[in-house]
Amino acid sequence: MSGYPTAMQASISRVEATRGRRLRETFPAVSLEERQQVLDDFHPDYIEENMRPVRVGVSKGQRMPLELADVLEGRPHIGANFDLTASAGSTDVVIIGGGGAGAAAALLAQEHGARVTLVTKLRFGDANTMMAQGGIQAADRPEDSPAIHYLDVVGGGHFTNDPDLVEALVKDAPLIVAWLESLGVMFDKQADGTMVERHGGGTSRMRMHSARDYTGAEIMRTLRDEVRNREADITVVEFSPAVELVLDESGCAVGAVVVNLETNAYSFLGASAVVLATGGGGRLHYQGFPTTNHYGATADGVVLAYRVGAPLGYLESMQYHPTGAAFPEQIVGLLVTEKVRSLGAQPVNKLGEQFVYPLEPRDVEAAAFIRECQERDKGILTSSGQRGVWLDSPMVEAIHGQGTIQRNLPAMVRQFDRFGIDIAQEPILVYPTLHYQNGGIRTRPDGSTAVPGLFLAGEISGGVHGHNRLMGNSLREITVFGRRAGRSAAV
Amino acid sequence: MHPEIGTGKTPENLIPVHIMGTRYMVPPSLPIMAAMEYAGYRLLRGCGCRRGLRRACGTAYRIHGDPQLFSGLACQTVVQSGMYLAQIPFFPARRASYDLTKLEPSAVALFGAYPQLLRCLGCGACTKACPQDIDVRAYMAAGMKGDIQRMADLSFDCIMCGLCAARCPAEEAQYNIALLARRLTGRYLVPRSAHLEERLEEIRRGDFDADLAELKSLSKQELTARYSAREIEPEDRLGSRED
Repeated sequence: MSGYPTAMQASISRVEATRGRRLRETFPAVSLEERQQVLDDFHPDYIEENMRPVRVGVSKGQRMPLELADVLEGRPHIGANFDLTASAGSTDVVIIGGGGAGAAAALLAQEHGARVTLVTKLRFGDANTMMAQGGIQAADRPEDSPAIHYLDVVGGGHFTNDPDLVEALVKDAPLIVAWLESLGVMFDKQADGTMVERHGGGTSRMRMHSARDYTGAEIMRTLRDEVRNREADITVVEFSPAVELVLDESGCAVGAVVVNLETNAYSFLGASAVVLATGGGGRLHYQGFPTTNHYGATADGVVLAYRVGAPLGYLESMQYHPTGAAFPEQIVGLLVTEKVRSLGAQPVNKLGEQFVYPLEPRDVEAAAFIRECQERDKGILTSSGQRGVWLDSPMVEAIHGQGTIQRNLPAMVRQFDRFGIDIAQEPILVYPTLHYQNGGIRTRPDGSTAVPGLFLAGEISGGVHGHNRLMGNSLREITVFGRRAGRSAAV
Repeated sequence: MHPEIGTGKTPENLIPVHIMGTRYMVPPSLPIMAAMEYAGYRLLRGCGCRRGLRRACGTAYRIHGDPQLFSGLACQTVVQSGMYLAQIPFFPARRASYDLTKLEPSAVALFGAYPQLLRCLGCGACTKACPQDIDVRAYMAAGMKGDIQRMADLSFDCIMCGLCAARCPAEEAQYNIALLARRLTGRYLVPRSAHLEERLEEIRRGDFDADLAELKSLSKQELTARYSAREIEPEDRLGSRED
């Protein structure tokens, strides 16, 4: 029995009718000029009325989504007369944020001799890291190299990336895979130990490492467990968001004011250095888009850092993941991992036709989906008025054999099975969803910022991905720069 | 209210549920979490990814007229008429502290860190409670036999919500024991990657430094030309690399 209503099943029949031919033919990738054209015409970043310049601060005039400018200009939680003697103690390094970047930073700061306090708004590990399913890039096969990885990253980012940050990202990448393995992360491997690696959008070599479709969860639960093993040096405080950073007379970051969400008590946590690892802001629902982001992703760290004078960059650029679920209504916006396309599933329209290369960089892929639904009116309309295109997941089984989907995408299977949809048998309806903040606070390869004593890691930072991040470079980014920021903050 | 939960429509046949003891009328199509928001709750604890990947929203419930106690994730379980709901934001199960580098990947490591592993009764309450449909009893059995790799494999989809431990009459901390099994497997039992080791050595030698320095020095035009001329490695479509 199908979980799709009859009207949608008619379109599914057309998808099935063209599947045999499509298994032999893939829509070609487009030129750089054609990429730019579809972005200009259809990508949300280019819709002028939904963007405006921020009116205050060191990056005054920078263009960004309306919702983000509003929070950057918002009123502070505490006044200038806040009593800093209401102390929550002091430590060497305060880390704000309990995702993968914060955990990696905590481990490295501790290894370099620091006492660490990690504060987080929700629970330790409640972060987008936990939800990153697709994989993590590292150029570790003989056919590949960090230089080729570099080229893929800057091309995907429209050549606007910060070269020093990209160099750090691609050069550390293989080291980090080895580090994660030494901590016990179980990557997908062949029997002889060779890593299983695949393509992702915008990659020219297969370098996507994975841990089934729980890659981020596997990394997060391992890092978190290791942090807990070091409880003698690392204190974790949950449900305690930071609401303001504190600078000393010379302008150095010396701690943060945190609030206990249960008791509403505000207190000052002093430190020699602060690492911000608070992630992005998908839950601000820019331009009304649904989001893949976790409940706490509200751009808090960007606001904290900006308020103490750290410059912004690239915040006009948000990543809309091409494949957010568009049906059923209960899960609209939730992520359908790019790995489904890595494994061979093609996007097709209501007539069962291909209209885009399946693995364009995410912004191009997303804009092409929007064009197919808006300009060409070849999207599929659901009963709730949501439009989408098909992601032909049954192709994965046709290419790689029966059972591949259950083996490689157990989380996806579970998600759709609840609604009577077997993604091994029927395609998935998808539409772009707000996924990632390409920009953020400007940073350097060692994680430092324009504010002495303030370091950053992960999605909060801007520059490494330019104006568009490739799949598999965010788990990469949080580990590379989490480690670097933690080390820098400790020494 | 959260924009995600599909409001703005006339709710169809509302059904009664009891949240922390108070009765509310909610639409029957909503997962528990969305139903709580519909009822006016502002979620602070007990809410995470909203897609069944974290362990933030474990919930225990009874249904009116049924003596059983059920459990599930609030973001995934759809409400039913007559539900009595209580949130379990986390379960305080025991977690061993250890130095992974000093352990050996043997049964001794598991039993040393978690001696109560051997107390498992094999009753299967854990398997029944698991929102991920993991056969927890089976991986516990593998662990009791010292088969670390099998325990790791069978438990891989665990999101560490703790509902197994909450229902366990032997007071096991299944999800924490399985995490140790996976870490032992990843570090010690899976063969190393020869190609990764080689790459690390090449990076240490600085083999790629000149290439990267050159790329960093290129103008946008030059980079664009290089990028457009890249050879795309063909997808290995026939015969997956994996199997």
